[in-house]
Amino acid sequence: MSMRTEPVTVNIGPHHPSTHGVFRLRVTFDGEVIVDVEPVFGYLHRGTEKLAEERTYVQFVTLTDRMDYVASMTNNQGFVLAVEKLAGITPSPRGVWLRMIAAELQRIASHLVGMGFFLQDLGAFATPLMYAMRERERILDLFEMLCGARITNSYMRPGGVFMDAPEDFWPAVNRFLDEMPGYVDEYESLISGNEIVLSRTKGVARVELDALINASISGPMLRAAGLAWDLRKKHPYEFYDRVEFDVPLAQESDNWARYIVRIQEMRESVKIVRQCVQQIEPGPIRPKEVPFLVRPPAGEVYSSIEGPKGELGYYIVSDGSIAPYRCKVRAPSYINLTLLKDMLVGWRVADMIVTFGSIDINMGEVDR
Amino acid sequence: MTALIPGERIASMIASIVPGAVAAQDRGAAWIRAETWPAVARGLRDGEETDFKFLSAVTGVDYIDHYEVVYHLTSFRLNHRAVVKVRCGEGREEPAVPSCVPVWRGADLQEREVYDLMGIRFDGHPNLKRVMLWEGFPGHPHRKDFLR
Repeated sequence: MSMRTEPVTVNIGPHHPSTHGVFRLRVTFDGEVIVDVEPVFGYLHRGTEKLAEERTYVQFVTLTDRMDYVASMTNNQGFVLAVEKLAGITPSPRGVWLRMIAAELQRIASHLVGMGFFLQDLGAFATPLMYAMRERERILDLFEMLCGARITNSYMRPGGVFMDAPEDFWPAVNRFLDEMPGYVDEYESLISGNEIVLSRTKGVARVELDALINASISGPMLRAAGLAWDLRKKHPYEFYDRVEFDVPLAQESDNWARYIVRIQEMRESVKIVRQCVQQIEPGPIRPKEVPFLVRPPAGEVYSSIEGPKGELGYYIVSDGSIAPYRCKVRAPSYINLTLLKDMLVGWRVADMIVTFGSIDINMGEVDR
Repeated sequence: MTALIPGERIASMIASIVPGAVAAQDRGAAWIRAETWPAVARGLRDGEETDFKFLSAVTGVDYIDHYEVVYHLTSFRLNHRAVVKVRCGEGREEPAVPSCVPVWRGADLQEREVYDLMGIRFDGHPNLKRVMLWEGFPGHPHRKDFLR
């Protein structure tokens, strides 16, 4: 029996536990089915790009932490790489290895948060999230050993990092690397075979690969649609050409594929960190001749890295002074929302929250 | 490695798509006449040796005597990248550029952001509304003359 009902417009958020921060969706429902979606954001807009114009290059590192605040290290990394390219700085090898270790640990932490909240959105209340937070906590402890901060690290500098890892960091990171694959197995045994998870995610919110590419969507969402595009492989920055890892792929491009790609990327990141720990050698963490007040020549640069959420790019225009003339951040979380409406229309309320979770966004980065 | 196509080469590629579209070029980028931009964008996306299926970033830059919109384009198949710029006329009054949302949907949110924060109008955009700030906010904060 079909019944015609009157469409109703509902505001979901900005203060709603499943909107991952302050995000508002104006959704029009016909019964329980979504007919229109309008995302509304900007509640966390702080004008980071404008603030960059009034700060020196090193000062701006502290603001990159506050964009994607569950992936501060990769934000640092993207920015310092752009500055190095612009100013022609060659980083110290030890600094580069430390940056890679930090960035890959951060990728695991970011995917843990993504996975935990995705399952929380599915209705697996608290349990998977607590498991995810348990391991993330250990990564944050490692970051605390590296730089004294847990979330807003500001660890990296043009030329390397600002502080060498303490002696007891190395046994701690090795212990974590030994245990992490077992934890991932645990998630897989708990979740990946779970009938409710499978029936709620498989085939839900499929998007064609061509549509994803045309909408500038990058990162795990693209790889979940079968395209092996990973900047660590295609454009090896840092020393990613000296480590071996695979690019996990899925073909289905649905909520399940986006989840499973992230799970597998955690395993690959563990492999990368282990190889970095084996290859790192003693030496300076930052070349002595690189000044703290970086003054790049006039010019511009676009440099991007494979962040946990997609292509994280920095476009810096320099006028030769100590502050950027213009600093644009290509935020993957923001651009990955382009297809949100197409992914949601036709599905039900309960699928909306899950699909939104599978995109894995961070409002600090969306709004900047 | 993702190769960056030099400005000279991308300029000659664009000239073969739309003759007379290139206004200027330098080492790393080519400037395009605003009115030819939609045709050039389509040609860059569909061309066999350009293949820019992916629009990485759209940025507005305030150069005080004029505004520019900078497009960073990527090809996954050929693993190369190019920078294309469009100058929004002379002076600071009413800067406008044709929208490229019909060519790349990825420009949708990015053009709205540039419109909101830099005040550059994108003609032909299907939903050109402010995105970070609310309707009625005075001014565009990323402009160089914006005072707190």
